[in-house]
Amino acid sequence: MNTILEARKLSMNFGGLKALDRVDIAVLPGQITALIGPNGAGKTTFFNCITGIYSPTEGDIFITPPGGRQKRITGINIHKVTESGVARTFQNIRIFPEMTVLENVMIGRHCRTNSGVLGAILRDKGTMKEEKAIVARSYEILKKIGLTEHVNLLARNLPYGAQRRLEIARALATDPFLLLLDEPAAGMNPQETKDLEALIISIRDEWEISVFLIEHDMRLVMGLSDSVYVMDYGEMIARGTPQEIRQNPGVIKAYLGEDVSA
Amino acid sequence: MSTFNNTKYMEGMKQSVIVSTWFMFLTFPIMVIRVNTIENIIEWRWMNMFYVGAGSFILSFVWRYLSGRSISGRKENINAQGGHISFLQRLVSEKRLSLPALGVVAVIALFFPFISSIYQTNIMTTALMYVVLGLGLNIVVGQAGLLNLGYVAFYAAGAYTYALLYHHFGVGFWLALPLGALAATILGILLALPVLRLQGDYLAIVTLGFGEITRLVLENWNEFSFGPSGISGIPRPGLFGMEMGMHEATVYLYFLMILLCIVTIFVVNRLQDSRIGRALLALREDEIACQAMGINKTRVKLTAFALGSTWAGLVGVFFAAKTTFVNPASFTFLESAMILSIVVLGGTGSIIGIIIGALLLILLPEYLRAFSDYRMLLFGVIMVIMMIFRPQGIVEGVRRTYEFHAEENKKEI
Repeated sequence: MNTILEARKLSMNFGGLKALDRVDIAVLPGQITALIGPNGAGKTTFFNCITGIYSPTEGDIFITPPGGRQKRITGINIHKVTESGVARTFQNIRIFPEMTVLENVMIGRHCRTNSGVLGAILRDKGTMKEEKAIVARSYEILKKIGLTEHVNLLARNLPYGAQRRLEIARALATDPFLLLLDEPAAGMNPQETKDLEALIISIRDEWEISVFLIEHDMRLVMGLSDSVYVMDYGEMIARGTPQEIRQNPGVIKAYLGEDVSA
Repeated sequence: MSTFNNTKYMEGMKQSVIVSTWFMFLTFPIMVIRVNTIENIIEWRWMNMFYVGAGSFILSFVWRYLSGRSISGRKENINAQGGHISFLQRLVSEKRLSLPALGVVAVIALFFPFISSIYQTNIMTTALMYVVLGLGLNIVVGQAGLLNLGYVAFYAAGAYTYALLYHHFGVGFWLALPLGALAATILGILLALPVLRLQGDYLAIVTLGFGEITRLVLENWNEFSFGPSGISGIPRPGLFGMEMGMHEATVYLYFLMILLCIVTIFVVNRLQDSRIGRALLALREDEIACQAMGINKTRVKLTAFALGSTWAGLVGVFFAAKTTFVNPASFTFLESAMILSIVVLGGTGSIIGIIIGALLLILLPEYLRAFSDYRMLLFGVIMVIMMIFRPQGIVEGVRRTYEFHAEENKKEI
């Protein structure tokens, strides 16, 4: 099958702790894939391994950009992963608080542009053109995300839900083909979650970017995902469609404990 | 003033009396009692106790009054970024105000050396040197958020480059200027390489050590730097080989320094809102997120150190030319601390703030020579007060805003 992200026997040890134990995952293009599991199952560790924040103890990670060739990204630098087209958001929001909303998104364009110090000082034609393109593209993304009324606001002054959206906007600005969302709905109210659901679907359908997300909100996951992976104690315990996962006894056990009868 | 009514006045009075009594008690042993060891008597300086009491009472009362006011009121003038806008920021951002202000500053700068003495021109030149140093350090500390306590090492690199090149090869000021900058830049990158992985306190300590090592090397490596006695007889900058007297040379150097200031402000200002400038800010804000945005952390850190130290190198060459003498004693940690104070006091990330900070911190002590005994005390008090009331500095850095119109793209760039 034609995957865009593939992890093969990925293991991550912190001293004696096996945070990930020979995990296999295949993300298909054009899909929304979810990764669920109880707290401490190793989901964020898995994301951190893919995006280069940790380098895995064992195993391999491959990406295949649409129309491109398969590429091994195991243990490469964080910014290289983003350059290859895999962007992410964080579980605890990590926007740049003292920069404006627009500038936050403009940072996302950094890896797709290349003017340097000399260009900044001389402000030659090429630099100015690039700068204009950065601003235009960033504004366009903010428009799609629905944050245009706040372009010049310092990011720290945004309401919580909007900060989460800004993080997604910023990630989209890097022109990814795969977007990793780490608990995007955490701390959101029902209305914000609904908006988020629509946004994620539009990212898949209109932006044509595949989405891989970690989420605890089961209603969101089940309603949204094309396929679901379940993790527990660093191991992958199930995979399938939301329908299959809901009925998987192993998953129910992981979430509710050993001794559940009936 | 409705919120600061009579009961609050009384409350403030009461608190201030308590504070001043406490201060009189605390300072009693050092301020009131003096043992005269020659005549073996004890002097009781009761007047000092009165001064301390009255001073602390007034300060405490003013403090309470001001903080009471800042809690109430001041709701107007909220800018687009959701923060307050000060008069100085408006002065800079509104063309209607900034152009006349700029004109006044330009006229003063132009005529200053002709209406004041050599002594004052000299001090002003020094102050301008610190303006450039402050702006340079601001790139590293204010924008990239890398606390550098060894900035003086780059300053020394520039000064010694000129001194040594002149001493050995007779290289003149104008050739030494770019070479000094280059030497400082290379030194900056050399320092940045080992500290790439460090952050915060650790980075501060390593850079502090680096600054001290540089000074100690200059002090002890006699064959290279001529040790503590330094290098003297360094020529002042020339102007097409003209012979200049002491007075003309001072004025000339003053104008060169003005020129360097203008160039620095121009460059720093342009960098601030560029792709590189934004990358520096992102690095300061969140290192992991910055990398996750595809920014090469290593390259940005190296750029920050290189850009910052270049200015110190340039000023170093000016310093050597101005004093015509360099020795390691000019490049102590105190100097780094002074430049850092300028950045923090003026406002990290704000160009106008740093200019004001540099002028205040360098000029005030000179004009307050009468109180020279209490200079450091006063300095400390000002820093403490600033950090309590305006931790963001005299002028807060403001991010650039963009205007969009309906379906249009950006209007001004």
